[in-house]
Amino acid sequence: MMSAKDGNNKKVKKEKIPRTPMPQQDPQVRARNFEEVATGYSEEDALREASRCLQCRNPRCVKGCPVEIDIKDFIKLISEKKFEESLEKIREKNTLPAICGRVCPQEDQCEKECILGIKDDPVAIGRLERYVADREFKRLSDLDKECVYLDGKHKCTREKVAVIGSGPAGLTCAAELAKKGYRVTVFEALHKSGGVLVYGIPEFRLPKAIVQKEIDYLRSMDVDLRVNMVMGKILTLDDLFQDGYKAIFISTGAGLPYFMGIPGENLNGVYSANEYLTRSNLMKAYKFPQCDTPIMKGEKVAVVGGGNVAMDSARTALRLGAKKVYLVYRRSEAEMPARNEEIEHAREEGIDFKVLNNPVEIIGRDGWVDRLKLIKMELGEPDDSGRRRPIPIKGSEYELDVDVVIMAIGQGPNPLLTSTIPGLKLNSRGNIAADPETGKTSVRGVFAGGDIVTGAATVILAMGAGRKAAAAIDDYLRTGKW
Amino acid sequence: MFKIVSKKELAPDIARFDVEAPLIARKARAGQFVVIRVHEDGERVPLTIAAYDREKGTITLVAMRVGKSTALLSELKQGDVILDLVGPLGNPSEIEDFGKVICVGGGVGIAPVLPIAKELKSAGNYVISIIGAKTRGLVILEEEMEAVSDELHVCTDDGSYGYKGFVSGKLEEILEGSIAHNKKKKTDIARCIAIGPAIMMASIAKVTAKYDLKTIVSLNSIMVDGTGMCGACRVEVGGKTRFVCVDGPEFDAHQVDFGLLMSRQQIYCDDEGVCYGLYQEECKCKK
Repeated sequence: MMSAKDGNNKKVKKEKIPRTPMPQQDPQVRARNFEEVATGYSEEDALREASRCLQCRNPRCVKGCPVEIDIKDFIKLISEKKFEESLEKIREKNTLPAICGRVCPQEDQCEKECILGIKDDPVAIGRLERYVADREFKRLSDLDKECVYLDGKHKCTREKVAVIGSGPAGLTCAAELAKKGYRVTVFEALHKSGGVLVYGIPEFRLPKAIVQKEIDYLRSMDVDLRVNMVMGKILTLDDLFQDGYKAIFISTGAGLPYFMGIPGENLNGVYSANEYLTRSNLMKAYKFPQCDTPIMKGEKVAVVGGGNVAMDSARTALRLGAKKVYLVYRRSEAEMPARNEEIEHAREEGIDFKVLNNPVEIIGRDGWVDRLKLIKMELGEPDDSGRRRPIPIKGSEYELDVDVVIMAIGQGPNPLLTSTIPGLKLNSRGNIAADPETGKTSVRGVFAGGDIVTGAATVILAMGAGRKAAAAIDDYLRTGKW
Repeated sequence: MFKIVSKKELAPDIARFDVEAPLIARKARAGQFVVIRVHEDGERVPLTIAAYDREKGTITLVAMRVGKSTALLSELKQGDVILDLVGPLGNPSEIEDFGKVICVGGGVGIAPVLPIAKELKSAGNYVISIIGAKTRGLVILEEEMEAVSDELHVCTDDGSYGYKGFVSGKLEEILEGSIAHNKKKKTDIARCIAIGPAIMMASIAKVTAKYDLKTIVSLNSIMVDGTGMCGACRVEVGGKTRFVCVDGPEFDAHQVDFGLLMSRQQIYCDDEGVCYGLYQEECKCKK
């Protein structure tokens, strides 16, 4: 009892240090460039923030983390200025710290559980995670070195495992399997590894150089990354098994764009968010004409949707030079699935939120987008998702002048691979039916995880699935039991 | 990296490349396509597979220089490499013994017609082929088409070689001939496959509709990934939105909204001009 009381006293003392804000580019400036919005903690910031951690005996934060990073320990190592050890501690559970520190919704995970959060702001766990990863990258690049696993001496000699899709789930699964010594090949359909980290999340939120460094680290674990491999087309699962792969992990993501099915959606100037972001991020259309892929920049752009992908699209449009960017969402702001931080950033940059509005038609002129017809909505009773159902208000239609419309209303599972696998069970939405604990599918030796199983979700949830599947694959290959 | 094992100029600005891609060659079928990228800052360009050799492990691509990307490709020589090559994408052509078929290729569209004509011939069909170009110098793959066809008709817009006029004109002539001695006024040709510029395919569709001849076209819409991920290539077929890359590239010509296809092909015309212009300037500077 005494110690608990001591702990309380300590807590009272520590609460005096406010949560260290993240240094950021000025909203007016950053809205016109593709540089990273959040510039990262200084060492001083990191030490101050680390000192806020109570080092709880039963840290609740860890339970909030889908990959169960030893948060308490890595923060302690920061306060002791043992930054490299701190990063090693994180990497025991998470191979992509620089990425997770940036894009994880910590407010719904580790930070949500932080005991400090009850009366005060929680420890900025994500920012600290990013700090140690960035610091190590910087230290090594100053020495003209790369971040390598076990001095690059790690060699994988166990059974061959194929991972299909190189997004967060695939990369994590590959890393965990490589650590255990399995010979892993990761097959990517596009010309660059990284999946959504490369084609989807914009440079200003997740610099591609950072993604590349994390992927290089994975390569140093003796993982074979192959690009330009559209599985199901160039090789089937049977080909892989015949080629000696003993297990296969499918992590092909949510690669099928949804459209609304309203009139005018095929006009020139209507994009799926997938196309718009792929052009800008993967193909670097924001550097056109230095890079060859064009993109319609648009003067007045409307983005339809309320998730992170919608925020990314809207903020990209602004950076490409749009004078006006509307974000059209059929529910109210409270129901938006995007992270608060992203909503906040978008608003600061000047995105015009048209909440409780729904598109009914895109009106064209000579084949090009001219106006977007919207209807106003009100909220009714909660629906299946637990959110209040939006209901159109009769006669409230009006039009907005726009020249580009981006549909960011969600992505489904791409059937390109799944349709080629006999016996693979899918659910009614086309997602792979897989055991949530092991990733096991209805086909022996085939595991699946990430968005292809859950539908579009977060980077860290996909990573969690990759981790669990790696453990299950290890178990399967050691015991032969399915 | 994919090595170009041989290159042949087929016509001014049109070249054929045999590219080492053993895995793709092993799976490729007539009607499918690949997406290529020629340099690090380059765009992704879809090209139909014109031939494949499973034993040699090569696929054949035919490209016409129309913008920066195809210009860069056309400058590659034997022994050079194509940075990225992905495929085989899209669905293969439907090949069976239909009886008598007619294959129509216009301009650089002759290249993708070749493997289809070849497979149709092997399947037992009587193959009538019509190929056309603006002028004699631009007629490509004539010998190859001749080898896989029972009848070959060559057309040029300017009449410098073969039939003077469009392939659609020649097609109409043949179809008219095929019903002349038929009491029911029904053609004995079972199917038409037409590949070429959208405007050509649209006029072929118009002609064959009159004769109630089932016609398949391979659409050449703008694409990015080529795997159904982005929807850039969407077209309307029978009033429904379809993705050319995964639902096609071949569709029933009589259901295709060619107006929309042509409109969507224009999206980046200005940008492409800018990009190609800069590239040409650069080339001049280097010289």
